[in-house]
Amino acid sequence: MLKDITLGQFFPGNSFIHRLDPRTKLVMLVVYIVALFVATSWISYAVMLIFLVGCILISKIPGKSIVRGMKPMVIILIFTAVLNIFMTAGETVWLHFWIITITKEGVIRAFFMVIRILMLVTGTFLLTYTTSPIALTDGLESLLSPLKKIKLPVHELSMMMCIALRFIPTLIEETDKIMSAQKARGADFETGSLIDRVKALVPILIPLFVSAFRRADELATAMECRCYHGGEGRTKMKLLRYTRWDFEAYAAGVILLCGIIILAHFGL
Amino acid sequence: MATAISVEHLNYAYPGVDNTPGVAVFADLNLTVEEGSFVAILGSNGCGKSTLAKHFNSILLPSGGKVYVCGMDTANDDLLIKIRRNVGMVFQNPDNQIVANVVEEDVAFGPENLGIASPEIRKRVDNALKQVGMYEFRAHAPHLLSGGQKQRIAIAGIIAMEPKCIVLDEPTAMLDPKGRREVMDTVLKLNREKGITVVLITHHMDEAAQAQRVVVLHKGDVAADGTPKEVFSQVELLHRIGLAAPETVELCYELRQNGLHLPLDRLDIEECAQALYAEVKA
Repeated sequence: MLKDITLGQFFPGNSFIHRLDPRTKLVMLVVYIVALFVATSWISYAVMLIFLVGCILISKIPGKSIVRGMKPMVIILIFTAVLNIFMTAGETVWLHFWIITITKEGVIRAFFMVIRILMLVTGTFLLTYTTSPIALTDGLESLLSPLKKIKLPVHELSMMMCIALRFIPTLIEETDKIMSAQKARGADFETGSLIDRVKALVPILIPLFVSAFRRADELATAMECRCYHGGEGRTKMKLLRYTRWDFEAYAAGVILLCGIIILAHFGL
Repeated sequence: MATAISVEHLNYAYPGVDNTPGVAVFADLNLTVEEGSFVAILGSNGCGKSTLAKHFNSILLPSGGKVYVCGMDTANDDLLIKIRRNVGMVFQNPDNQIVANVVEEDVAFGPENLGIASPEIRKRVDNALKQVGMYEFRAHAPHLLSGGQKQRIAIAGIIAMEPKCIVLDEPTAMLDPKGRREVMDTVLKLNREKGITVVLITHHMDEAAQAQRVVVLHKGDVAADGTPKEVFSQVELLHRIGLAAPETVELCYELRQNGLHLPLDRLDIEECAQALYAEVKA
């Protein structure tokens, strides 16, 4: 039951997008999101969609896995759509019934909102699917490093992220073991009301937390033994380096953003 | 031969919590480890084995007495990094020592902390992984490896720092027999081929028997010290402090109790069989 947690799911590959520097991809995601929010018209959305589909095709990520990743989003999408349809005031009334009014503007707005969320999530998937978690943390650390000047613990944050990612599978395995042990002693996780089932989780969480703290303590000792003393004077085995491709990607991003802004300016 | 680690009049007590008295572990312990040697430290639970190991690289500091590592005083704060890069530590649970989620990134963790240049780290990581026989797993995720493989990754992470000495605190306690053999073979190879000083803390007599020297700790003091043959032939002493001798010695000991004339220093199964054969024939 715990095996299907998808977090930072990475599809190793060798495409143009896979080989981009993680920093490029992070910046590009921000540019893409900004462009998405600037876009207001059918034409600009079409341009964004073409760009996104192009990126997916280049990355060779199977469309199936992107659709699968969308499943948890369905509720949010429906909620957004319903809210926008009923709450938007407009002039062209299509349906009026009791206190419910559906207008043309509301439907169009709901449609755009849903498309916007879908494209936003797909864009983020493209980043996590094509970048290994470690490259992602490295990229973030490098991008945020100017913030060290204002005393933001950038290295510590990326170290924490890295360790958290490293221990997710270990702790999932541990949870499975504890659950089996509790089941062997008659614990019941599957039946009963929602409250009963939540209550049944307490005897799992407590040993899990105790063990996580013990692990943390041992890991800290082991890290000290390996001369860890914070980010100062630390080097990296794999240095991040921009290639020509990264500049091409940046150029594409700038062109996209400028194009969308110009389109928006002319109200298209 | 030069001394790698020397413990002089070590006194240590774990501090008590909220006015309760602390637990005294060592009163006056003296021990030296020669450079390039392979020393096994044995002892029953709570005899201070792990506490002693933690003194070897400044995780714990003596309450009294001194611990020197390659001539450096472990109580000297300025030498901390230098001491730790010279004495690497491997612990019992491999899962709790691995920092990164890619094998080679984890091995690189130590050298990265030392501020070594990137191409040199790459070289050291590849070398270390080859020495423990895990080079082909360099791009794997550690949680998908077996216990023995993970422990070898942990050892590679230590040797990538190029230490003079490795302290292993029950590295095989959580492993299956295959994993134990893999780890022991790696440790023996490092000691013989690279001349790295090895201090192995263990519960397994057969592992201790492979060392050059065995030190038995009991209640914070050295109860026996010598070659494996010398130490393990003192079967009564071992029994008194709650340890067992290797199986071959135990067998010879039992047979001696029943009147056979067998030597007590046969650690190898073949040697033991030869001795038995000779005795039965006579």
